[in-house]
Amino acid sequence: MALNPRSVSNGDLVLELPTDVRTIEHAVDYVIGRCPCCAEEARRLDLNFRVGLTEALSNAMLYGNSRDPSKRVLVEIAFLEGCIEARVTDQGTGFDPAAVPDPTTPENLMKPCGRGLFLMRKLLDEVTYNAQGNQVTLVLKRDSGGVLEGGALA
Amino acid sequence: MGFRVLQNGEVTLVEVEGQLIVGNRQELKQQVLDRLEGGDRKFVIDFANTGYIDSSGLGVLVSLSKKIREQGGELRLSSLNEDLRTLFELTKLDTLFRIADTKEKALEGF
Repeated sequence: MALNPRSVSNGDLVLELPTDVRTIEHAVDYVIGRCPCCAEEARRLDLNFRVGLTEALSNAMLYGNSRDPSKRVLVEIAFLEGCIEARVTDQGTGFDPAAVPDPTTPENLMKPCGRGLFLMRKLLDEVTYNAQGNQVTLVLKRDSGGVLEGGALA
Repeated sequence: MGFRVLQNGEVTLVEVEGQLIVGNRQELKQQVLDRLEGGDRKFVIDFANTGYIDSSGLGVLVSLSKKIREQGGELRLSSLNEDLRTLFELTKLDTLFRIADTKEKALEGF
């Protein structure tokens, strides 16, 4: 499945994906396979970063681009000193992340959706949106320790 | 990546191979709903061979649990690895499902 890598410089990655949820698994595997990490970091990469990037791509395709196959999702990965940064941009009109309710409250627990952003915030060290709400930046720090030591919600 | 549906007495056992994610969640949902419509009421979904469940996959499990309960049935889960259990605990879905260590334990007394 084509990932359309547009450029690879200094080890960083830029991918352009079609709005097709079937590309997500392959794209995330591709990115994680190119992340330099030591054994101690492997689980944080394989759980925290995998979950965060998967959810960001799902949100971009399902809600940002509204499943419109003519729209694209841009993925920019930077391997910085001390952290990995992933920026995901869709072609939608954006949304207000502050308006997304907590899916763990009793009134929301039985709802079938609304857990993606929550998981990103729980598992990544930083989760920030641009003003329009169509671009999210995820940061996984390399020295955060245990698997759940991230937590942009904390 | 796929699903294996087995019958164990009155219990429908679904084994998830690979991942349960946005790209294949509808397939699982449809298979279980077809069985529910056919009269099955007891379901176990086993994750012994599952690497990852995303939020869409979690949502499908919530949705199925609700529909099965509405028909007087029950959905149990089994064999969550450490990472999957972490996701259930973070989202508090571990409070919503009966989760067994193995499919054999899930089937006990069902």
